[in-house]
Amino acid sequence: MIIQQLSVFLENKSGRLTEVTEALASAQINISAFSIADTSDFGVLRMIVNKPDEAMKMLSAKGVSVNITEVIGFIVPHEPGGLHRTLKILSSEGISVEYMYAFALGDRASVILRTDAIPQAIAVLQKHKMELLTASDIYEV
Amino acid sequence: MIWNEYVECMDRERLAKLQSERLSAMVERLYYNVPFYRKEFQKKGIEPSDIKNIDQLKHLPFTTKQDLRDNYPFGLFAVPVSEIVRVHASSGTTGKPTVVGYTRKDLEIWSEVVARTLTSAGGGKNDVLHIAYGYGLFTGGLGIHYGAEKIGATVIPVSGGNTQRQLQLMQDLGSTILACTPSYALYLAEAMAEAGVSADSLKLKAGVFGAEPWTEEMRREIESKLKIKAIDIYGLSEVIGPGVASECMCQKGLHVFEDHFIPEIVDPQTLEVLPYGQIGELVFTCVTKEALPLLRYRTRDLTMLNAERCECGRTLVRMKKCLGRSDDMLIIRGVNVFPSQIETVLLEMSETKPHYLLIVDRVNNLDVLEVWVEVDKQFFSDEIKKLEDLKKKIQHNIESTLGIGAIVKLVEPKTIERSEGKAKRVIDKRKLK
Repeated sequence: MIIQQLSVFLENKSGRLTEVTEALASAQINISAFSIADTSDFGVLRMIVNKPDEAMKMLSAKGVSVNITEVIGFIVPHEPGGLHRTLKILSSEGISVEYMYAFALGDRASVILRTDAIPQAIAVLQKHKMELLTASDIYEV
Repeated sequence: MIWNEYVECMDRERLAKLQSERLSAMVERLYYNVPFYRKEFQKKGIEPSDIKNIDQLKHLPFTTKQDLRDNYPFGLFAVPVSEIVRVHASSGTTGKPTVVGYTRKDLEIWSEVVARTLTSAGGGKNDVLHIAYGYGLFTGGLGIHYGAEKIGATVIPVSGGNTQRQLQLMQDLGSTILACTPSYALYLAEAMAEAGVSADSLKLKAGVFGAEPWTEEMRREIESKLKIKAIDIYGLSEVIGPGVASECMCQKGLHVFEDHFIPEIVDPQTLEVLPYGQIGELVFTCVTKEALPLLRYRTRDLTMLNAERCECGRTLVRMKKCLGRSDDMLIIRGVNVFPSQIETVLLEMSETKPHYLLIVDRVNNLDVLEVWVEVDKQFFSDEIKKLEDLKKKIQHNIESTLGIGAIVKLVEPKTIERSEGKAKRVIDKRKLK
């Protein structure tokens, strides 16, 4: 249920992102989900890729600050209130969200979520019969 | 105007005789009162009675900032601490400051040399002296303060900061002489322009500016913007503070108050004494101070000396505006900063490695220190909040060590150039030459 997310520290410098995507492309690593958090002088790139360990080793060797963070993925219906219902469940169980990103396709939306309480979040979502994503589900999107 | 014509215009031969007498007495005091110097003399086989003449100064041992550090805090004092009536300190390279002390007589000497400084800038009892140097452990504020009272000026001890209030006070109280760092003078000038205060509405006629290096170009800018005469003054806390040397109205070099502080220029590598007119490291020997009379103290400032009689009538030797440093010390907003201090801060934190770069720039006439720190793989967190917290923590630790604020920028690993041998740790963008 736990998905390995690749996180990369990037300076806000033009061309820096391209260098990372180029390295991933040439190592035949596929990116399934992707988000960038930015501040005035740096950014953190977060990705779900098909070969996280390999990607981490490869980027590390290039001197990039990279690590693997555990996240969870789940499905919400692509309709008004779909996301809201899930978040309400998590919040009522005392689970706080560090960050999340999502994409919708057809009648479903996939959400990637980071929290300090991964096992609890999984248990809560299962209890409420939410559809959780596994790593392979995401790679095959 | 000359405050102490007897000394400041003394025949050079007679001055040498006075210096010789004072040096000889001082060596004797150091031998018996400061174990550090006694050991140094014994190593060189010098008996106090051997030193009778300033020509023999070159045989005496040097003192460095490291010696002050090794003997922290009072180890080099030549009097018991009970005789000390004042302590000042400057930031040190390892977190511990360099502590200097003054006896009551030392404070009198200090007031005397600052009185000479202010008088040579045209100051007198009718002047209103606006002192915007920092008051506190820094010698700038209180140093100028007592000299200003000695000449009978009306003293406004405003200290640093709060520029709007500074302008208000200068206007309302009719300040005639401004004492601050040259970069702050320019900053004030800009603040005046923004506030629509014209220089003509002020009574300022002169400024005494020091505590950091500045250029002739800056002088012209200050003089035209504030419509004043900008006088360069020099001092360092280890010798006494402000009042070691000062320009006169001729602005052709800074007269060193040699009856108290004997200057020498040495080659920073060989430590050989260089003749007048050659550039080298400035070294001072205090011959009258009681508490901390340092022998041949290496200032690390590069300059040259000129013993020609000045048009103002003073015979005192003149030093040229400082041309640079023989070590890696930076002066940022008047505060001494060594790159190694930043290194210590980063080494002490478990989240950082000492890969850093200091970028010093002058923005709107104020020095800005930017510190680039590499984010190591081990410590990289993917949560922005944690990275921001790390940044704030580094910023806070640097500020509490240096006493001045810095902008911390987190950069990727290996961004900062690694070179064989000496790493490039500093980029100083302030154009000072």
